[in-house]
Amino acid sequence: MSMDIIENILFATIRTGTPLLLVALGAMISERSGVLNLGQEGMILVGAVCAFIGAYTTDSLLIGVASGLASGALFSLIFAVIAISLVSSQIATGLALTIFGTGLSAFLGVDYVGLSIDGLDEQPIPLLHSIPLIGKAFFAQDLLVYGAFILFASIYYVMSRTRLGLIIRAVGEAPAVAHSMGYRVILVRYATVMFGGAMAGLGGAYLSLAYTPMWTEGMSAGRGWIALALVVFASWRTERVLIGAWLFAFASILHLVLQGFGYDISPNLLAMLPYLATIIALVMMMQRAGTAQLAPRSLGQPYYPQN
Amino acid sequence: MGATASRRLELVGIAKAYPGCIANDRVEMTVKPGEIHALVGENGAGKSTLMKIIYGVVKPDAGQLIWNDRETLIEGPAHARRLGMGMVFQHFSLFQTLTVTENIALYLPRQEYGSLRRLRDRILSVGEAYGLDINPDRHVHTLSVGEQQRVEIVRCLLQEIQLLILDEPTAVLTPGEVTHLVKVLKQLASEGCSILFISHKLEEVRTLCDRATILRGGRVTGSCTPAETTSEQISRMMLGDDLHIEKSMGVGAPGDDSLSLEGVSVSPGGAFAIALHSIDLTLRAGEITGIAGVAGNGQDELVDLINGELAPDAGKLLLDGRDMTAEGVLARRRAGLATVHADRLGRGSIGAMSLTENRLLTAYVTDSDAHGFLHWRPLTERTRELIQNYQVKASGPDDTAASLSGGNLQKFIIGREIAQAPKVLVCFYPTWGVDVGSANRIHVELARLRDEGTAILILTEDLDELYLLCDRVGAICGGQLSPLKPGHEVSMETLGQWMAGTFSAPQTQGVQNAH
Amino acid sequence: MRIEARPTPSPTMRYLSPLLALGLTLITGAAIFSALGKAPLASLHAFFIEPVSTVYGLSELFVKVTPLLLCATGLTLCFRAKVWNIGAEGQFVFGALIAGAVSLQLADHQGFWVLPVVIASGVLAGMAWAGIAALLLTRFRAHEILTTIMLNYIAIQLLLWSVHGPLKSPSGYNFPESELFSPQTLLPTLWGQYRVTIAIFIALLMLAVVWTVLNRTLLGYQTRVMGENRQAARFAGFNGNRLIWVLLLFSGGMAGMAGVSEVNGPVGQLTTNLALGYGYTAIIIVFMGRMHPLGVLLASLLLGLTYLGGENAQMTLGLPKSITGVFQGLLLFFLLACDFLISHRIVLTPMRGHRPSNTSTREVTSS
Repeated sequence: MSMDIIENILFATIRTGTPLLLVALGAMISERSGVLNLGQEGMILVGAVCAFIGAYTTDSLLIGVASGLASGALFSLIFAVIAISLVSSQIATGLALTIFGTGLSAFLGVDYVGLSIDGLDEQPIPLLHSIPLIGKAFFAQDLLVYGAFILFASIYYVMSRTRLGLIIRAVGEAPAVAHSMGYRVILVRYATVMFGGAMAGLGGAYLSLAYTPMWTEGMSAGRGWIALALVVFASWRTERVLIGAWLFAFASILHLVLQGFGYDISPNLLAMLPYLATIIALVMMMQRAGTAQLAPRSLGQPYYPQN
Repeated sequence: MGATASRRLELVGIAKAYPGCIANDRVEMTVKPGEIHALVGENGAGKSTLMKIIYGVVKPDAGQLIWNDRETLIEGPAHARRLGMGMVFQHFSLFQTLTVTENIALYLPRQEYGSLRRLRDRILSVGEAYGLDINPDRHVHTLSVGEQQRVEIVRCLLQEIQLLILDEPTAVLTPGEVTHLVKVLKQLASEGCSILFISHKLEEVRTLCDRATILRGGRVTGSCTPAETTSEQISRMMLGDDLHIEKSMGVGAPGDDSLSLEGVSVSPGGAFAIALHSIDLTLRAGEITGIAGVAGNGQDELVDLINGELAPDAGKLLLDGRDMTAEGVLARRRAGLATVHADRLGRGSIGAMSLTENRLLTAYVTDSDAHGFLHWRPLTERTRELIQNYQVKASGPDDTAASLSGGNLQKFIIGREIAQAPKVLVCFYPTWGVDVGSANRIHVELARLRDEGTAILILTEDLDELYLLCDRVGAICGGQLSPLKPGHEVSMETLGQWMAGTFSAPQTQGVQNAH
Repeated sequence: MRIEARPTPSPTMRYLSPLLALGLTLITGAAIFSALGKAPLASLHAFFIEPVSTVYGLSELFVKVTPLLLCATGLTLCFRAKVWNIGAEGQFVFGALIAGAVSLQLADHQGFWVLPVVIASGVLAGMAWAGIAALLLTRFRAHEILTTIMLNYIAIQLLLWSVHGPLKSPSGYNFPESELFSPQTLLPTLWGQYRVTIAIFIALLMLAVVWTVLNRTLLGYQTRVMGENRQAARFAGFNGNRLIWVLLLFSGGMAGMAGVSEVNGPVGQLTTNLALGYGYTAIIIVFMGRMHPLGVLLASLLLGLTYLGGENAQMTLGLPKSITGVFQGLLLFFLLACDFLISHRIVLTPMRGHRPSNTSTREVTSS
């Protein structure tokens, strides 16, 4: 195998892993606070379509990214109100968010299908990008990929080293106790859900502005669900989310790799790989003793303080 | 500042109602500086609600709270803490997956502890000053209940504390640990800290407390100096005059072995579970066997194991002489085993379902026809009878389980099991959180069932209940079972040592009396 | 005005809540239409009334209702037990694919047995697809929501592969679709030129079966207990894994039947766009119908109408068809929000003397 091919595989893996990483980090944060939001797929799609519309109508990628981010956060607010304030089932509400987001994004984007924009360019970092093997993958990407790295590092720091991270974990572990200590459980959960929404929106923006700079209906292709599985796979640990995102990304570009080596397999069959990989990863993870116990203990359970 | 106040805390006309129940009705109470003040009352008297109001967890509907001579509106627990209050909850408010230091850090305002490392040192030094040694680096779920309580107390002592509230602190402790706690509280009081001590155990109130306020049905029914008042007088204020309590339950007449565990061991199923070590236990027909123990010492596992939810790694379980080690819940029920679980609304019943449906939860073994069809009319009729026979306060079989009070639900559940004429009945915390009238009624029913020849096992934290009902007593600690001996042969002190794990297992020659 | 918890959940609100949600959806819909510059009432009329104002329109409603009701009937039992089978879509597609493949195989066979074999193959295929999720859940503890979703995507890729490859019609100008099925493999229509097939009766029959199971059998009781509280079910000695298998196989079979009703009904061949989201819409139907068979029937009529409405809005108003998804999502959101009123009520109270909030510590006039 030549260096070139490996470089390109690594480059594509990091690129493909970026939206997964963004979405999964957001989902992980809200799950750490005890909220299971199955609406990731819907939030990605809304983020993707809004980012594309924003960028297309203003001709500014920055505004595109900002609208993806903001629309994801706003859209997740619907979930927060119903699942947190109105104590509805998180599972049902999350499903509703995905169904609604799929429909809404198709509706909003109907006039933009088939249009194209100039997507985000790669911005090689001087010197670093010419490191053999990994230089291209890590230092010759577009700005959103770098942004994802920075977000990853910040989240890692916040969750493991700061009081804010401690509070989020405490709220996810035992909301009633956190409330009795005077922490504002509802506020924390709104914040983590909306952060998750913003991250999913950003993931969507990456899809429609950088990965394939255009809008097509349902372009997230299950990435929201894969991201949710990824969080389980990573057993709610930040650093494992990163590794997981790259593993999944590799599984989903495997067909390119195989085609690169000249194997002729139906693209439809190869397109199953990321989904199969997800199932296999889930099964493997659950075989390890105690994975279920790593989940935040109040995950999925509605909580509202009584006075 | 607070030291000069004549009243540390005064409550004036505090009232709180929940849908369907009045928790506190115009409560008045005064606590002086340095006073150990007992708040006494039966389950459901409104003690916990009142505590939560003082600590700002719950907002009162009406009334005033006066703190160090100033009327104060407690905005929340954080505010209460800033004022100098600390609270040790009955169900500890600790985060199980975090370390001791992290837990305490969350309890304190950010500016107060600086860094986790400095906080760790302070925890160690406060622990030393009061004889409350804890390891700040352990995860809370690895601590015993007594150690967790120490964490809660140390947490309160890290600040300038003026009032320490403890909600039924002794319920979860071994007698030895209780003695130690009393010492700590007396030291605190001598330093000027007021202590509000919630309890329904009159003896410890009489030995520890300077004043007592008695609650019944949400109202203050009296206040006294416990040392100068007899238990009977306090008891009357707690229970009222008209309540008749049966004080003697008779003794059993042991017959054949009904259930035997022979060398049963289970390895823990998860991070929060306890392993059971080579348990030998025999229950005999017509006898009540009682196992004391602090929560979390393997009681859950033992009950799951006998019920058939947990498969043992080693050993045998015989039911009426038949080896049923490999059989599941259903087969054991068919063979005459019945279980009343401590988790009344979580496992013993389903809150949203009707009483008829809840009766079916265990009665289904006998009550569905051969084709798996259900006929609701006779089922409803049988439920109606059950409600009548056990004096369950409910409007009818269609009431949901969640709409019943704890005591009534427990009467219903125990009645449901008794109605199936079990050969063996396992009762896990039979009267936990149950009002005194219902508890007495349940005790009478259990004694009657014993007289009919059922083998009964009771697991409880309530030693009064244990001695009242049980023919043989023992204790469980760390997944190991002490010897079982007739109740009159086991002193409270010995039982306390057993609960703390100081017993020689039958085969091994052990250390007697480690003290 | 304030909100307080009810002492017991209100049964009235349980049934009123879907109607309230429908009302709110209509109001929001009207607002969306007018925001798009359409006359709101006329648009609502075009969406909800016009499609079913003719006999043909009504018959088309039942064409949509058939697969929806079949999927929803199976999911009703699953969701009652809180077994979250989100995979009706995949089970539908796989059922359709296998039934389609069998239909193509039997193109030249005549006989009364042909159609039953086709139906059975579709049902079994749906069961098999759900069985994978059951195996993953009971044997490996892999969460059914994620596995069934993944299986949906895999099933769709399988369908695409089939119609691009082995099952592609040789005479179809290289379009990704199969040959048209022979008439003897198709489900008989009920009457005349209308497209409603006998599958609607199968759906109604199975709905009655589900009603009986839920209300009159131990199996149904155990299903409900499991949905309310798994620990209680375990404590009582119900065999949870067996229940999970039964429920998933049943709902998979029903979704497979829905697949048959579609390909061997109005569609008549395998194409790339068989997956119209019926499996997802069925989820909304089950929630909307309160997981009660009669409610599910009514909700399937309503949700079936949103498909027709979307198509009609596209033709007469020039709106994108995807407005169907918007309406469905709104409906479910409003429903979940209105369900809050089952356990809570809004109390109108006169302004009460409120406690001071900014002055937390005041001097007491010394007594």
